[in-house]
Amino acid sequence: MYIYDDFDRTLVQERVREFGDQVNRRLSGELTEEEFKPLRLMNGVYLQLHAYMLRIAIPYGTLSSDQMRMLAHVARRYDRNYGHFTTRQNIQFNWIKLKELPDAMADLARAGLHGMQTSGNCVRNVTTDQWAGVAPDEIEDPRIWAELLRQHLTLHPEFSFLPRKFKVALTAAAHDRAAVKIHDIGLRMHRNGAGETGFEVIVGGGLGRTPFIGKTIKPFLPKRDLLSYVEAIMRTYNQYGRRDNIYKARMKILVHELGAEKFAGEVEEEWQSIKDGPLALDPAVVADIAARFRYPQYELLADNPSELARAREDNRFRLWLDNSVTNHKVAGYAIVTLSLKPEGGPPGDATAAQMDTIAELADRYSHGEIRVGHEQNLALPHVAQRDLPTLWRALDGIGVATPNVNLISDIIACPGLDYCSLANARSIPVAEEITRRFRDLDLARNVGPLHINISGCINACGHHHIGHIGILGVEKNGEEYYQVTLGGRADDSAELGTILGPAVPYAEIADVVEDIATAYLELRARPGELFVDTVQRVGVDPFRERVYAAR
Amino acid sequence: MTSPLQQKLKVTGPVVVTANRLGDGAVVYRAADGTWTKDLAVAVVVTTTPAALELLAAATTEKVAVVDAYVAPVELTTQQQVLPGNLRERIRSSGPTVALPGQG
Amino acid sequence: MPLVKAGRIVEDRFVRVVDDAPVPDGAAAILPAARFLADAHELVLRQAPIGVVWPNDRKVAELAPYLDWIALVALVFPNFRDGCAYSQARLLRERYHFRGELRATGQILRDQCLFLQRAGFDAFELTKAADAPAFVAAVQRYSVFYQPAADGRASTLTARLARVPQHSPS
Repeated sequence: MYIYDDFDRTLVQERVREFGDQVNRRLSGELTEEEFKPLRLMNGVYLQLHAYMLRIAIPYGTLSSDQMRMLAHVARRYDRNYGHFTTRQNIQFNWIKLKELPDAMADLARAGLHGMQTSGNCVRNVTTDQWAGVAPDEIEDPRIWAELLRQHLTLHPEFSFLPRKFKVALTAAAHDRAAVKIHDIGLRMHRNGAGETGFEVIVGGGLGRTPFIGKTIKPFLPKRDLLSYVEAIMRTYNQYGRRDNIYKARMKILVHELGAEKFAGEVEEEWQSIKDGPLALDPAVVADIAARFRYPQYELLADNPSELARAREDNRFRLWLDNSVTNHKVAGYAIVTLSLKPEGGPPGDATAAQMDTIAELADRYSHGEIRVGHEQNLALPHVAQRDLPTLWRALDGIGVATPNVNLISDIIACPGLDYCSLANARSIPVAEEITRRFRDLDLARNVGPLHINISGCINACGHHHIGHIGILGVEKNGEEYYQVTLGGRADDSAELGTILGPAVPYAEIADVVEDIATAYLELRARPGELFVDTVQRVGVDPFRERVYAAR
Repeated sequence: MTSPLQQKLKVTGPVVVTANRLGDGAVVYRAADGTWTKDLAVAVVVTTTPAALELLAAATTEKVAVVDAYVAPVELTTQQQVLPGNLRERIRSSGPTVALPGQG
Repeated sequence: MPLVKAGRIVEDRFVRVVDDAPVPDGAAAILPAARFLADAHELVLRQAPIGVVWPNDRKVAELAPYLDWIALVALVFPNFRDGCAYSQARLLRERYHFRGELRATGQILRDQCLFLQRAGFDAFELTKAADAPAFVAAVQRYSVFYQPAADGRASTLTARLARVPQHSPS
């Protein structure tokens, strides 16, 4: 992972001091709430229903074990002993006190953690493949480029008061695990005919109340031009993005209103003026950043060691191994996903005790490194295969070895009305009930890979548009209702889901999901046909008929 | 997104003025003596739009004690007990409807 | 509304001319954009300095022909959340090489002065009186700058290369 140097540490500390001063000015009344709000948001501080919430950035989803311990400390000392991992690879604490925030942030800074730009109308945490650096299918480590972007876009003087929030994602793998097509800027690394790697630049994607799949405006951008081209996009957006209507202020609306071609033309014109200026990337600068990444010293090991073969005889271990363990690019190693989706539990939450144990296990089995994925699960990215049986027992002991990764109970959900002041309906109890309905893992495995995404309002923090089954909470006459979409996906053939039919009340939503799963089992062409492929093949009508026949 | 803060005020039943305390975000209600209380039973209950507006106006002159004051519905039981008037307010008053991790 | 330049509160030597009011003889004056463009051919002949208030929804490229004789451009922040003029400022400084006074006007908090300075502003009409004495501390709050901007400070990316080879990361 990237190791902070004194520049990085100093900046975070300076930020902590600045925010401490801003909090004091707010508490003394020198700053009004209207003035303070954008300042606190830029430090990741929201006001939710019953307390402040602090969102901490986890750049490109990589955490050290020491950082995880610090998160556990903050959960214990300033919160209620748990944290919530989000779809943007961040963590949120739900019960922070404003007057204690400067202390909490000073503690976090000691571990190189901060809340900078995790909210507000600025560039948010740059995200990438949670398996960057270890995935067998990537052409290079995208985190070098994510880190260059992170630095360039942190406290950027020109782009800290944009029309609206701005999200950047990057992938270098054959399979897009970063959902780059639903970001303001999505970057996809390719190798060209000459063997050089560069970026496909996709703009104007996003979910929220007006979802769009991004459009490619540059099929191949040389690496040296990454910063200047991103600067040109952002300058175009900062000048022409709408500020008159918060619902039309995202860049996707500008791209849509101008048309991708005209937008690309504006960017190109701006870019031509700056591409050979100070933002052109010197290979020495890139090498310097790359050199700040620490990689594990892997042992020379063979795949499928004898320890594994023996342990496979244990049925529970085998189920977990087949479900939660993925190939690593280095022989003899594996990537282990830790399911934060226990039966009947809130998706993405981890207790301070779990965090401490995970940090300990990361030290022992994963070279001190942990990953956070946008599916709200964690991963240990460098596990020797021979250690898997021992690791499994430890993970099982703290409840993070449910073998449901990518299955119907691996639900992505926003905090919903249980916490969030924007929400219309609850998300967490819906998710919890669905996991209970599919507690029988034979049933879940028979249904196969299926992503359910739940958002408690149209802001779509649970990414319901791209869920294979999307669930959106709405309010009807003061009651919670849920609108269901089918066939959304975030992968290479990204699609927005299609509405199934009229919204259903809270009491029926889990039944509807069960009905959809049952319908799929009847409708699929063969056992291996994925749910989302069945929906694509037969459309939503046969599902609609079955779900609404009895309602 | 229909946060109560953005809604136009039209009072048709008993309401209180509520807000979050600045220092810790705790949910508080406007009391008769012009202070803020965490106890809904002590909150001033009004039933007309002008009375609610007056209560809200007094509350919003406070720039430091609380944040985002607004008018919220309540329910009065036959014993004149004051209860939150909708799900959102119930959650604000009693916390999440789900068990908190590690505490359930 | 105090005016801060070079870290100090200074008196504003410019007079604001509204709409069609006459431009005072011999005095430094700031004109609205439309008036300025209409009268530019006469204004260029004046001896006293001329400034223009440029709205944040108009391309600064339109100002390019006049920049060698304009003394001041005032850019506008209609509220402190509207950051359009940061881009205008950088373009004026970096693309059109404007060397006169670049003044930030409208709603500005001390918390934004460093960003404003980095974008090329050198004069600040601060909304709050209390922010003027705090200005210097506010713009000195950071010593690390991750990216190049209009202020000529080296970015960390290049600063790292310039320093002596360091120990391996710990």
